[in-house]
This record gives sequence, C-alpha cells and structure tokens, in this order.
Amino acid sequence: MKNPFRSEADAFRFVWLTIGFFALIVIGSLIDRWIGLAVFAVLAAVALWWLFRREEQEPPVKQTPAASPPDEHRILVVANETVGGPELLREIRERSEGKNARVLVVCPALNSPLRHWVSDEDQARANAQGRLDESLGSMRAAGLDADGEIGDGDPIQAIEDAVRTFRPDELVISTHPAGRSHWLERGVVDKARERFELPVTHVVVDLDTAVRDDTDRS
Amino acid sequence: MTGAAEAHEHGAFEHHGPPPIHYSSRVSPAVLGMFLFIASEIMLFGSFFTVYFFDRVVNDPFNGQWPPPPYERPVYVALINTLILVTSSATMHWADTSIKKGNRAGLQAGLALTFCLGLTFLLTQVIEYHRLDFNTSDTSFAATFFGLTGLHGAHVFVGLTILLVMTIRAFRGHFSPEHHHGIEIGGIYWHFVDVMWIVVYVTVYLL
Repeated sequence: MKNPFRSEADAFRFVWLTIGFFALIVIGSLIDRWIGLAVFAVLAAVALWWLFRREEQEPPVKQTPAASPPDEHRILVVANETVGGPELLREIRERSEGKNARVLVVCPALNSPLRHWVSDEDQARANAQGRLDESLGSMRAAGLDADGEIGDGDPIQAIEDAVRTFRPDELVISTHPAGRSHWLERGVVDKARERFELPVTHVVVDLDTAVRDDTDRS
Repeated sequence: MTGAAEAHEHGAFEHHGPPPIHYSSRVSPAVLGMFLFIASEIMLFGSFFTVYFFDRVVNDPFNGQWPPPPYERPVYVALINTLILVTSSATMHWADTSIKKGNRAGLQAGLALTFCLGLTFLLTQVIEYHRLDFNTSDTSFAATFFGLTGLHGAHVFVGLTILLVMTIRAFRGHFSPEHHHGIEIGGIYWHFVDVMWIVVYVTVYLL
C-alpha cells in the first residue's frame, strides 16, 4: 500500500488537485445543479479508478528473510485443511532427507469475513489448532523435527509473520486441487512467489493423488 | 500445549527477552499512523458535513434557496481568505524546497510568511464572525455554518501553533537538507488544513 502523503511535496500536489476537482464541480453547478452533481460523480469515479489502478500496477514489496543458521535447513510449511495430507508429509520427508532439517508448520486460522471483522477468532483458531496437532503428531512419528503455530487468517500475512521469526530456507504451500482451493483462486501461491525471496514449492493434496508443482524450486 | 508454545519449547525462535517488534511490510507504522489520522479527520468533518447536508435537505421548503432567507453568506471575504490560505500552502512548499536545497533564508522566510498568512486567515475569519448578522443559536443553518467553519478554524489554530514552533526552530538554526522531518510533517498538516478549507468553502459558501 502506498501512502499518498509521504512528503510535503505530495501533499502540496494534492492541494492543487483538490482545487481543480472542486473548480470543475463549481463550474458545472453554475450551469445547472444536476450538471454539478454529474461532474462530481464522474470525477470521484475517475479518482477512485486511478487510485486502485495505481495500486494494482505497483510491484509488491519483495521480502528477503534473514539467513537461517548454517548447520540447519529450515522448511516453512503453510497449510490448512490439507495439513495432514499424506502427499504433504511425503514431500516434507523428501525435502528433509540427508539434511539437518527443521520444519515449522503454520496453519492460518481461516475465518469468515464477518467473524474476522468482529474479532471472533476463537473457533477458527481452535479448528486450526486441532488440525495442526494431528499433523505434527504424524510428522514427529515420521521422524521429522517439526514445530507448529497458528497463523493469521490471511495466508500471505501468516507466511510473512513466520518468515520474519523462523527465517526459513524454503517454503512449501499445500492446497486442495484447483477448482476446490480458495487459496489457488485467490492466487496465494503466485503472490507468495512474488513476495518472498524463497524457493516456493506448491503441493496439491487430494484424496488419491498428489501433484507436485515445483517449477519455482531453484 | 499450543503449537506456538511447542515451537518455543523446541527452540524454533532463538530470540530471548521480549518478542521482536513486528513491522508488516504491507503497511509501515508511519503509513498506518497517517491513514488513522486521516480516517479520524474524515469522520470528524464527515459528521459535521452530514449535519449540514441534512439541514439543507430539511430546509428545502425555501424553494431551493440556500441559505434560507434572510441570511447571506460572506462569499467574497471567504474567497479572499481562500486565496490567502492557498498562497500560504505555496509559501509552505517554498520553505520545504528551500531547506532541501540548503537555503536557510528561504526556509525562514517561507515559514514566517506561511505563519503570517495563516494568522491573517484566522483573524479575518474572527472579524467576519463579528460582522455577521446571525449567531450560533439563531437557526440550524447558523449553527452548522459556525460549526463547520469553526471546526476548520480550530484546525488552523493547531496548524499555526505547529508553524510557530517550526519557525522558531528554523530561526534557531534547526533543520538541514538531510534532517528536516519536522518541516515535512508540519507541511503535510498545513496542506491538509488547506484542502479541508477548499472543501468547506465550496460546500458552505458556493454550492
């Protein structure tokens, strides 16, 4: 998000834009009050369109995590409903082989928009905690050094939080298959690749098959 | 035991003592602070404008005449005041660009001029208040008129206080091309006051 008033010069420019904006409205109103209203509506729509378009065109801020300890290989796993999937477990096991790997599993506490806005997160966190505990049990039983935590309801924010504290070497995102995954619909994997200077692996967890999409594994 | 607690127990976080400060890369504290400030100001002025427009709608029986007779608004004095305030924005910008170029005299002159113009605006408004043939308790029009222009006047007063501090600091040798954050922030506030006046002037005096 860009602050429109980052400097005095920006604010001064805004003064002139405001003068132009209202001058046109006043001129329209002098002709006819409905013309003035129409000018206001059109200018307001143009201003909003310009604001949103500018924000869309701005590249996201790239975040580079701090280096992890040299003797460790840290894997950050972000998953929610698919957190206990066998495909994900297999992927993590493969990626940990032959390394002193440490795994942090983050389960975003997914919530409905209404509950999010009224800060009613208890049930969402409890559900995420249940899935996380089950998954951690499976991973530890498989001999993996795994920890876990509940993350923000926004998966990108949850990743960002974990990247800052855990300092991972790579990121694994687990989702449902396309067509059933809200995260894929919202472009979470692509956004993560744009935002974080990390190798990102996308694991698709289905009932029968797991498909690995590791095009960005480098 | 929660997942987070387990993570700590397993030593996933090496940090000891209080948790590190978490700055989001999406919204910096400065941006968030500015947005919260703007949001609070929009709500404050918005509530006054809501009352004003409500008043205009319920006063429609005056055949679309606004303000309701026999009131007259001091449009031309307010126009001169508008020009004064817009000019003060220009002198504020001059002060800011001057210190960026290391021109201390320009900074001092710009701030002093801005302060004088702002003070002229406020004094003109006070004199105009005395000249008006209506008062706050006369009608709802009078109340909303004084409410909106008075609210803006209060912001000008705050801006003048900030400007006074900035001017004194400038004459005492503070600020440099590298360090002039105080000028930037004060300038942004002053331009905000200017923008709000343009909205108030157009809404209350012209439309």
